[in-house]
Amino acid sequence: MRQFFHVAWIIVKKDLTIEVRSREILYTTLFFAVSCVLVFAVAFVREGRALTEAAAGILWIAVAFAGTLALGRTFERERHTETLRALMMAPADRPAIYLGKLLGMLALLAATELIVVPLVALLFQAPLLARPVLMGLLMAAGTIGFCAVGTLFAAMLVRARSRDVLLPILLYPITIPVIIGGVRGTLALLQDVPDVAMTRFWITLLVFFDVVFVTLSLWTFEPLMTE
Amino acid sequence: MSFDFDQLDLVDISRFFGRRRALSHVSLTCRAGEIVGLLGPNGAGKSTLLSILSTLLAPSAGEVRYGGRTAREIGAELRSRLGLLAHDLHLYPELTAEENLTFFSELYRLNNVRARTAAALSHAGLADRAQDFVSGFSRGMRQRLALERALLHEPRLLLLDEPFTGLDDASGRALIVRLKELKRGGCLVLLATHDLDLAEGVLDRAVVLRDGRLVALQDRVGTLRDRYRAQLHHQAQSLQPKA
Amino acid sequence: MFVPALVVTAGMFVIAPIFIALVRFEGTMGLVQKIFYFHFPPAILMLGSAIMSGVASAWFLAKRRPSADHLALAAAELTVLFGVITLVTGPLWARKAWGVWWQWDARLTMSLLLWMIFIAYLLLRKYGGPGSEILSAGLAVFGMANVPFIYVSVNVWRTIHPKTTVVPTLPVDMGGALWFSVAAFVLLYLMLLTARVRLEQQRAAVEQIYLQFEE
Repeated sequence: MRQFFHVAWIIVKKDLTIEVRSREILYTTLFFAVSCVLVFAVAFVREGRALTEAAAGILWIAVAFAGTLALGRTFERERHTETLRALMMAPADRPAIYLGKLLGMLALLAATELIVVPLVALLFQAPLLARPVLMGLLMAAGTIGFCAVGTLFAAMLVRARSRDVLLPILLYPITIPVIIGGVRGTLALLQDVPDVAMTRFWITLLVFFDVVFVTLSLWTFEPLMTE
Repeated sequence: MSFDFDQLDLVDISRFFGRRRALSHVSLTCRAGEIVGLLGPNGAGKSTLLSILSTLLAPSAGEVRYGGRTAREIGAELRSRLGLLAHDLHLYPELTAEENLTFFSELYRLNNVRARTAAALSHAGLADRAQDFVSGFSRGMRQRLALERALLHEPRLLLLDEPFTGLDDASGRALIVRLKELKRGGCLVLLATHDLDLAEGVLDRAVVLRDGRLVALQDRVGTLRDRYRAQLHHQAQSLQPKA
Repeated sequence: MFVPALVVTAGMFVIAPIFIALVRFEGTMGLVQKIFYFHFPPAILMLGSAIMSGVASAWFLAKRRPSADHLALAAAELTVLFGVITLVTGPLWARKAWGVWWQWDARLTMSLLLWMIFIAYLLLRKYGGPGSEILSAGLAVFGMANVPFIYVSVNVWRTIHPKTTVVPTLPVDMGGALWFSVAAFVLLYLMLLTARVRLEQQRAAVEQIYLQFEE
């Protein structure tokens, strides 16, 4: 068991080391998310001000789009040097590889969200940071759910054709509950009197989703990755 | 007691991709301390066979037995005795040579990581480039590093896919020396290659794959290249319609 | 076995309109409500087909038996087909009966998403290259696991708003015609499934023959 987490940990360390050096995926993902937000902000302007109600939706759409790109880029890198095969060839438990990749993606998206959430709050005059703990939990639960499914799908598509477009086609329908939960939870917090109970409900639902789908992914990682 | 084996049996291995037959009824037995060459033209199925032997691909039919047991029976431990050097080299260009070796050492849960890494670097002749990024290495340097990476855990079975590609004469000869060392140490080496001249000096046996089928070289006369050509000629003859 | 069943099914579809016409008109909607007999059976069959594909996919992932994959693929195609029927008849009915083409309630959204997941399944099989049978099986399993989450999340989402459900309960005396339509559609489904699975098995057999021919 310890070895399982050890393997996941060294993979995360390796990914973060690589990312810290080039910062390529981090910067491009961040900038893409910001561009996304700007495009939507412009699209939803009324009377010179961006709609506050749109803030929640736009935030989660930006996270979903940026996340999809980041997933694609991360696994493209592994595919280019076939290092995913090298990882599969190690005597380590293969689900540990999945976990390591997942944690790396979470770190990347967390860094992105740290910038995007305040940006959205600013552009849309939406008090997203009024309840930081709840907001943080909501973002975390939603991002974990999205990444759990996304990491598995991106990994399994590594050897498929048309993988660039197939990833969003497969990922978005499956992660609709995450988007619904995230957006509704955020909207509940944005009301004049934040509906804390509602937000808590959505966080709980998302946590259930995370548990179910991380478990399912750990189970199915090896069968899906071996031909 | 960790798992080990000294004999590799391929029993009637076939692999299909839809309608395409990549491998057809390949059977072979190899023992530790042998260097076996897999020869054949492009598309003959050499890479597919190596993938199956390294457990990355399952055969459509037939079994591979490592010391009498299949990969499924042995479990994940089998992979600690296998080493693969494929065309893509499996190195992280964004990490330094030393970091690559350290990562794989930790992944394979090896002890004495620093000592092993240092030894591997010196074997590869890259001790002075240990802190340099792999992205800046030439093909030959990467190849040497990748070989040492595949050998870090002292595998029993070493699978090499076209290892002489992109190597200059000196590196090629150095590789041959290394392989002979490994053979003396009891390693079983399966080497897929086009480069018959270089391979000549190092192979104990050679088998030829053509269209997924395996034909062993029969003659012991002449150089490898001549034998290879004779074999293909013989096969082509036997495929001609009888008069 | 197949041909007699086919004849029976065809016969049922021919006489079904008689049954449907004979049933009394529903209180408020009149003639329009009768689309229901063409909407409800495909709707439940779509859901059933989706579940079958998910279960067959899980079996395929675990055991790698080709017959499981054939069933999963056939069921996936039928999910999409019956989904089209449901998603066309539904809005047609809703528009005439309640004035809206669509509503985001739990059942409708779940049906739409399930339909889209299986379209993604078919796209993956078609364009994913070799080895995509295994990947699409994974997708189907994830899709199945998702169904409760979709249902709950959309349900809670929509209860905040005043509920004007477009999926009413059915008065009992219309039961006869309804069960007849259900039976007819179920037979149709089974016919199509059998035919499609057979087709897939024969395709696999042809591949085998090609392989053996080259020996």
